[in-house]
Amino acid sequence: MIDFITQNGGDIVQKTWEHFYISAIALILGIVVAVPLGILLSKLQRTAKIVLGITSVLQTLPSLAILAIMIPFLGVGKIPAIIALFIYTLLPILNNTYIGMNSVNSGLKSAGISMGMTKIQSIGMVELPLAIPVIMSGIRLSAVYAISWATLASYIGAGGLGDFIFNGLNLYQPEFIIGGAVLVTILALITDFILSKVEKWATPRGLKIER
Amino acid sequence: MLKIENLSKVYRGGKKAVDDMNIEIERGEFVAFIGTSGSGKTTAMRMINRMIEPTKGTIYLEGEDLAKKNPVALRRSIGYVIQQIGLMPHMTIRENITLVPKLLKWTKDKKDQTAERLIELVNLPQSYLDLYPAQLSGGQQQRIGVLRALAADQDIILMDEPFGALDPITRDTLQDLMKDLQQRLGKTVIFVTHDMDEAIKLADRICIMHSGQVIQFDTPDNILSNPANEFVREFIGSHRLMQEKPSAKIVDDVMIKPISITLEKSINDAFRLMVTKRVDTLFVVDGQNHLKGYIDVEGLTKARHTTSSISEAVEKDVFYVSNGTKLQDSVRRILKRNLKHIPVVDEEHRLIGLVTRANIVDMVYDTIWGDEEINEDANDINLEQQSVSNKQLN
Ligand SMILES: Nc1ncnc2c1ncn2[C@@H]1O[C@H](COP(=O)(O)OP(=O)(O)OP(=O)(O)O)[C@@H](O)[C@H]1O
Ligand SMILES: [Mg+2]
Repeated sequence: MIDFITQNGGDIVQKTWEHFYISAIALILGIVVAVPLGILLSKLQRTAKIVLGITSVLQTLPSLAILAIMIPFLGVGKIPAIIALFIYTLLPILNNTYIGMNSVNSGLKSAGISMGMTKIQSIGMVELPLAIPVIMSGIRLSAVYAISWATLASYIGAGGLGDFIFNGLNLYQPEFIIGGAVLVTILALITDFILSKVEKWATPRGLKIER
Repeated sequence: MLKIENLSKVYRGGKKAVDDMNIEIERGEFVAFIGTSGSGKTTAMRMINRMIEPTKGTIYLEGEDLAKKNPVALRRSIGYVIQQIGLMPHMTIRENITLVPKLLKWTKDKKDQTAERLIELVNLPQSYLDLYPAQLSGGQQQRIGVLRALAADQDIILMDEPFGALDPITRDTLQDLMKDLQQRLGKTVIFVTHDMDEAIKLADRICIMHSGQVIQFDTPDNILSNPANEFVREFIGSHRLMQEKPSAKIVDDVMIKPISITLEKSINDAFRLMVTKRVDTLFVVDGQNHLKGYIDVEGLTKARHTTSSISEAVEKDVFYVSNGTKLQDSVRRILKRNLKHIPVVDEEHRLIGLVTRANIVDMVYDTIWGDEEINEDANDINLEQQSVSNKQLN
């Protein structure tokens, strides 16, 4: 293990960074698309059933299959990997946004409307702030998924820590396999820890008060 | 101010919740909608701020058809207090109070001033403005709920069983507060309740509803003396009909002269006065006889070690009624709060009398025998007491 680190120091930094930004870009795209879509879906109950049905089918496709399907269309490299990961991050965020928005106490929503909020104001001032804890836990889940699946991205030439693992497999070098796996795990744990801080910070103070 | 004409609401599924309602509400009036569960009170009320659209009929606000107004702007001009409080848990008390002003885009300064001015109206400290709803008790939260409906200076306030979930004493306090605010600020209030006592206590007129129809819309006195039909009679309950009959005495008729002491006197003076008067409570007043609080023998004994002046030992939290209050109401209050007696003040908050538990006995006697003699005797005794105490106090 020590050997692995000393011999591949530069590589480790570079691959970790690659791994991180592939996952991060996929996650950010996922947030940008899934949060607004989830909010929209919470206002369109019937469409919601259909859309969530489709995305959960996408979710069950084996990740390697998705990656393979990407190749004829987008070739190999980082872009198809990011797109594939992005598809995977969608469902948890979409689902949680939808559930979070729907679980806001209907009495509070109608209180807001009866004070004279418009529908948009009700979303911005009442529903979204109250749904943040649920949405954030969807984002954390997606982040961990994205990081672990990004390992497979190496298979289509996107680089990342998966390279160590695949190289280890091809050349039968167990320390590469273990080293890569450990690094992926550490990266996932650190990211989850950071996002848990973000969640704390983003949750409105009034919701954190215990009596 | 508000005219409801041929108003009906039929819900999907055919349920007729409100059936041809016709009432007119004056500016500054306190109207209570009362009726059995499902009689359409909430439905009728929510059509006023267009949270529910009528199936038929028109509501006019100052002569203008509500259906032609923008519902969002309308709701910002009508205060609404909800049963389960409905404060926003993620907003501070300050933000909750000034929610409608925020929607109306008031400046921060104006919002802050409003919040600071309003919170005083409900006897809560300014420091509460920066707390969150979860940090307040249910009763305190509902006070904030009331303030939220006042913050943008709304003329009309709708209240749907606002105090239903509170304990009897808190409810009583908030009822007093609401009535006081309504009169002082000249608001028009429409108030839904299940509780006849609450309706009688607060409302200028009561609208009794049953299966969507208005059965009777009149003053509490008229409803009690002239129930429209058997349903109303049953609804009010026979005990109230009886109580109300004996010519509705007011506190001025029976109050006695209270034993009072001025603020600058000493604790020893207070003890001496208690002994000579054979009472255990003294009412504390200032030089102009304004009621400042009370002091009882327990409090005195405790305070004796720390201070010698009454102004420091006085208990400032004192319940009182105004002159002109119905005797029945003040007796109800004595019983509800388990007080020994309750002072009577005039418009300027000067102490002018005292109603005691003995008055309850008189009232019960009155109700049962309707005899006048006993009262005259009692009044004679009161008069005597009055002259004696006057002499010794001055
Ligand atoms: N959205 C709705 N759809 C169908 N029926 C409804 C709806 N809302 C209320 N109702 C029915 O209309 C009737 C009147 O309801 P409403 O809420 O106005 O009664 P209420 O007098 O306020 O009763 P409560 O004292 O229990 O609050 C009830 O029979 C109720 O079941
Ligand atoms: Mg109701």
